[in-house]
Amino acid sequence: MKPAGSIVFFTTASGAGYGILFWLGVLGALGMLPETIGFGLIALGLATALFTAGLLSSMAHLGHPERAWRALSQWRSSWLSREGVAALLTYVPVLLLGLLWLLGGRPTALLGLLCSLGAVITVYCTAMIYASLKPIRQWNHGLVPAFYLIAAGFSGALCLAAVTAFFDVTAAGRLAVLALALGAGGIAVKLAYWQAIDNSVSASTPESATGLGSIGKVRSFEAPHTEENYLLKEMGFRIARKHAAKLRVYAALLGFGVPLAMLVGVAAGAVPVAVLILAAACGLLGMLLERWLFFAEATHTVVLFYGRQA
Amino acid sequence: MTTLPAPVPGAKKLGLVIDLDTCVGCHACAVNCKEWNASGHSAPLTDSNAYQADPHGVWFNRVHTYEAGEGDASRTVHFPRSCLHCEDAPCVTVCPTGASYKRAEDGIVLVNADTCIGCQLCAWACAYGAREFDVDDGVMKKCTLCIDRIYNENIPEAERVPACVSTCPASARHFGDFNDPASRVSQLVLERGGYDLMPELGYKPTNKYLPPRKPAVAKAATPAAETGGGSSLLRWLDRALSR
Repeated sequence: MKPAGSIVFFTTASGAGYGILFWLGVLGALGMLPETIGFGLIALGLATALFTAGLLSSMAHLGHPERAWRALSQWRSSWLSREGVAALLTYVPVLLLGLLWLLGGRPTALLGLLCSLGAVITVYCTAMIYASLKPIRQWNHGLVPAFYLIAAGFSGALCLAAVTAFFDVTAAGRLAVLALALGAGGIAVKLAYWQAIDNSVSASTPESATGLGSIGKVRSFEAPHTEENYLLKEMGFRIARKHAAKLRVYAALLGFGVPLAMLVGVAAGAVPVAVLILAAACGLLGMLLERWLFFAEATHTVVLFYGRQA
Repeated sequence: MTTLPAPVPGAKKLGLVIDLDTCVGCHACAVNCKEWNASGHSAPLTDSNAYQADPHGVWFNRVHTYEAGEGDASRTVHFPRSCLHCEDAPCVTVCPTGASYKRAEDGIVLVNADTCIGCQLCAWACAYGAREFDVDDGVMKKCTLCIDRIYNENIPEAERVPACVSTCPASARHFGDFNDPASRVSQLVLERGGYDLMPELGYKPTNKYLPPRKPAVAKAATPAAETGGGSSLLRWLDRALSR
């Protein structure tokens, strides 16, 4: 599948944004975060900026972005529509929370938890857009929503730890430990996912696609067209797939290895804020690479008609 | 509405039967499809760089050619591929806007170009590559089963079939109602063992493919007439019996 830059950025940025929002709500309700206006507005502002930038970027992928509002109508059947509805509804408690902070009120636990709930549902819907597609075996997998959720939680905790460090070193240290646990979980899920897709084969074959299996093995003799068409450009994308093994190592190191090593340092003792910022930046970069691979490594059954493996 | 329509009593289930035994791979169906639809319901079917390097364009019908099997038992099969108008069509249910829909009255799957946002999720959801994005229009395009021909009262009744069916020189394509057990398409499926593509996905395609017939078993060569000695009568008899 073609990794469109707009979608790679969207899922990574909105994942981190909703991750920050989730922890703001949950840890805020538990009283484990600084309660100053400055912290509240910066943390909430960063979360909102990240998922809003992501959502706007996803609209760049549309042929008719001006009609995007129509995507809110089919929530009964479409995960993409549900994502849009969930994303929009989540803005309600987010804006109320921001307003409350601005007016000098204390954030209520209920409002924070509503933000967290919205964040989880939105990220889950995003993951299900991919996980519900049967023709793409690398996406139609239970570990896909699991990883989207844990990746959002991890990148959110990383970013929130960096912000918190400016206000409350103890609270930041707690967040670093949380991020450490989530990162360890995240890389475990990702490794299990890579192993699962490497060891599975498509249920569909050139024989089942053409129905000619009763004659014997099916080979493409002549394609319908000489140039790449939309199907091959979009669903038959395979540039750099040969480097997948190398890129997986980079993604694992950048996304998890390096930030986790830095977090161990933070959890062990006094470490400058700059390290937490670097860890967050590194983690987000690794997540972008991981998301690019998520697309580039995915194969679609339509390539079976062109004599390729799915 | 992109939920699938509830079954309507007496509704038709229109679709195609494609006979892989008689298809000669001439691509006339693909060309006539392009010709009709370039000015039909989903017009235009944009072509980019049509006369330069790297031409690119929207087609609803593509003809593949495959080799199946090995050695003497192998076959070369021409294989037209287009929208199968699935009963359980995920290209419809994934659509966030309701632009992609399945008609209750005849099962045809269509795209409303006025409400499509061009997110392309339907093309990802289709296992068969039936949908192609029109980069110029910014909307998804697909086979309409020539909805603007089959119900068109301005053309002679005999021509009210999809363009691909009307043009096929080998009569390898048949159009009809699969809900009518007496229709030609239903009969062909019954007689010739019409089958679904990728049945394992459970999309329940309406269109069916007829498998190539088994090749006639070649008769063992009769022994050649003997030459050389013997009377002319015996040689004549030998030649006659060798025929």
